[in-house]
Amino acid sequence: MNLLATSPTALQIVWFILVCVLWIGYLVLEGFDYGVAMLIPFLGKTEKEKRVIVNTIGPVWDGNQVWLLTAGGATFAAFPGWYATLFSGLYLPLFLILVGLIIRGVSFEYRAKNPETKWRNTFDWMASIGSFIVALVFGVGFANFIIGLPVVTAPGNDSLYVLDGKPYFWQLFSPFALLGGIVLVVLFLFHGANYLALKTKGEVHDKARAFASKAGLVAIVGGAIYLLWFQLAYSAGLFGWVLLVLAALGLVASWWFGQQGRDGIAFIGTAAATAFVTVMIFVRMFPTMGFNSAKVKTALDVTVAASSESTLVLMTIAAVIFVPIVLGYTAWNYKVFSRRLGTVNMPDEKELTPA
Amino acid sequence: MNAETIARWQFGITTVYHFFFVPVTLALSIITAILQTLWVRSGDLKYLRLTKFYGKLFLINFAMGVVTGIVQEFQFGMNWSEYSRFVGDIFGAPLALEALLAFFLESTFIGMWIFGWDRLPKKVHLTSIWLAAIGTNLSAIFILAANAWMQNPVGAIYDAALNRAHMTDFGAVLLNPVSLVTFAHVITSAWMTVGGLMVAVSGWHLAKIGNAAKNPDAGAHRFATKFGAWVLLGAGLLVCITGDIQGKIMTEVQPMKMAAAEGLYTTEGGDGKCADFSILTIGSMDGKQAVTPIIKVPCMLSFLATGNFDGKVEGINDLTKAYESGTLITPTNELQKTSYATLKAKIAALKADPNSGWDWAPNIPTSYWTFRIMMGLGFLAMAIGAFTLWTLRKGGVPKDNGLWKTIFWTAPLAPLFGISFGWIFTEMGRQPWLVNGVLPTASGVSPGVSAAEVLITCIGYTLLYGVLAVVELGLFNKYVRLGLPAVTEPKVLTDADAPLTFAY
Repeated sequence: MNLLATSPTALQIVWFILVCVLWIGYLVLEGFDYGVAMLIPFLGKTEKEKRVIVNTIGPVWDGNQVWLLTAGGATFAAFPGWYATLFSGLYLPLFLILVGLIIRGVSFEYRAKNPETKWRNTFDWMASIGSFIVALVFGVGFANFIIGLPVVTAPGNDSLYVLDGKPYFWQLFSPFALLGGIVLVVLFLFHGANYLALKTKGEVHDKARAFASKAGLVAIVGGAIYLLWFQLAYSAGLFGWVLLVLAALGLVASWWFGQQGRDGIAFIGTAAATAFVTVMIFVRMFPTMGFNSAKVKTALDVTVAASSESTLVLMTIAAVIFVPIVLGYTAWNYKVFSRRLGTVNMPDEKELTPA
Repeated sequence: MNAETIARWQFGITTVYHFFFVPVTLALSIITAILQTLWVRSGDLKYLRLTKFYGKLFLINFAMGVVTGIVQEFQFGMNWSEYSRFVGDIFGAPLALEALLAFFLESTFIGMWIFGWDRLPKKVHLTSIWLAAIGTNLSAIFILAANAWMQNPVGAIYDAALNRAHMTDFGAVLLNPVSLVTFAHVITSAWMTVGGLMVAVSGWHLAKIGNAAKNPDAGAHRFATKFGAWVLLGAGLLVCITGDIQGKIMTEVQPMKMAAAEGLYTTEGGDGKCADFSILTIGSMDGKQAVTPIIKVPCMLSFLATGNFDGKVEGINDLTKAYESGTLITPTNELQKTSYATLKAKIAALKADPNSGWDWAPNIPTSYWTFRIMMGLGFLAMAIGAFTLWTLRKGGVPKDNGLWKTIFWTAPLAPLFGISFGWIFTEMGRQPWLVNGVLPTASGVSPGVSAAEVLITCIGYTLLYGVLAVVELGLFNKYVRLGLPAVTEPKVLTDADAPLTFAY
């Protein structure tokens, strides 16, 4: 029997929504650059094609990644109890994510610094595999939040919650969770191919479009199975059904408009689908934050995990001022690099020999 | 080894490694911006060549700083979950603000700068590197405020109902005297590192060029070497001043750290007497027998700790006795005061555990030697700055010989490793505390994470970081040797099918 300590305050709800917004920013924005990076070795046949692909995300991927850091920092600041239990609980999966982020993060910068084919292929595969790992593990992770991670209190410390059950690492990989991982990878491939089609011209564009029409079908079928399973087994309520329909419409519209050569709308379609699915997961995670508190006296939820009201006020002021500023210069960044790139735009590379 | 010990090793390894890249990023971002400003204002292509050359070194380094930084933010929750829960109300905010205010600015405008040479008008493009540099330095303010709070936990009280710290004054957290002086010390030491780097890189090229005055690169490298040497020397002086202030604040809020830095067991100074500072010492530092200083500077410790040559400096044994009998480390600190009852219980439990080895003092030899190596490396680097300036006067150039080779290696590495030793001193000297006087390190570790898990990740990071170090040093070396690139005046492209002047 769970004793809900109190109902959440307005600020706690605001911060739960803001954490969700940060995750939307991360998944929508970095989702496509994971997809693009995964595709480098597969869609780029010549060196110039690979460079076109890398250059479409070159100016933006690092900023996109900050959404994840901000989501992590905001979770720490607004819900220390959530941050502490989640990050220590999903220890090895998070390690995998960090390894993925590290190997992909150095790749874009370092591949350009040496024209040797072997060197470049190595970093292209690091970018591809790193992005794949991160997408896969996050997909598995979110599916587990939907299922609910069982918690108990730490020995001798009733204020600290830890995940129940060892070895938990393999328990994370239930069929639903594995499907979640695969679906997120496919969704990002679809989303990334749409971005690539939107940002390129010539051969790379045509290849990206062709890939998107195949990946799109897999994403629609896989996504439909996953979201129906989610709703039927774990339910995000009536609102969940609305979001499910919206996400499905986004995917289908994206695929349809992609077939018509409407790259912009196709990209908006996968972006919207990603956002709706994220909201759906966070609806399910309120107020439990994805924990299952069946075994504890006081449930670990947004009220127990939250920071004090004064910290939340401070953070709210910062968010109200700076999130719009960040969105403003991020939009400007995308505008500056809005032009489509093709192999014609890739300058020839000079031999790197000492002067 | 238990999970706590490995988790501490992991924090040490990943943080020291991360901080190899941070100083170069902090200072070289601004120096690149300065070089580009010189070009925009004067139109002299020499400065554009230097901008592109040092900018490239900056980016090779920056990539590593970014990816190793992510580990830092996640590590608190992964390895130190009770710490994260206990202090999150205060400690989380600077981390979130760092991401929101600094990382977005830095990352977005770095992207604009790298790819924007032929997309943005000259002055807008110049603004992008300045904004990236500002973002980078802004991040230091927040993360150092977070670290300083662990050394001196101001602006908070203990909330007994929730069993955690509660923020009362965020302004006090940001304006923590430890934080302000640490920021100044860190920034100036970062400038020393980059000054040393410029002496090494441009000085090496200058030595290769020799007295061939007609070489087109000579002017640019001479400028950069001199610039670097002045930065090394000037920043070095500021490092001394800020370090001195830092020592005095440290003595106030962490007297045990100062006592450990000198291996001072018995209180000295006061009442007309003074405490000496030893430069070298032999003998074990377990406090059971007297150590023999080989070289000592009379009354210097009194001055370093208190600002008076006859100031009283408390010893390890006297401090331990005081803490045992219930004296607070910082009697005015609200958080220490309000959380004392719960702390007493935690310490009693630790004392009862034979594996914990509770000690009120940090590891003394580590504190003693890291403190001295830090200072020694700093002084060595300053001497190199002065010697380089002396050599360069009246058109002189460094020689292409063994001595200068040693100098070129030492110039950037001495301050860089000095910084590492400084951080090891700061963090090891903070022991046995995670939060000074509030939360013992052993109490902060994640109870749900096994030693095997921490060990796996520790080995994983170490191997991955090791491989990346080889890659990054190889690239760095390669681009140093490539020398100044040929440049043409960048133009904003209007033809959608024209090749870009710059692309990856």
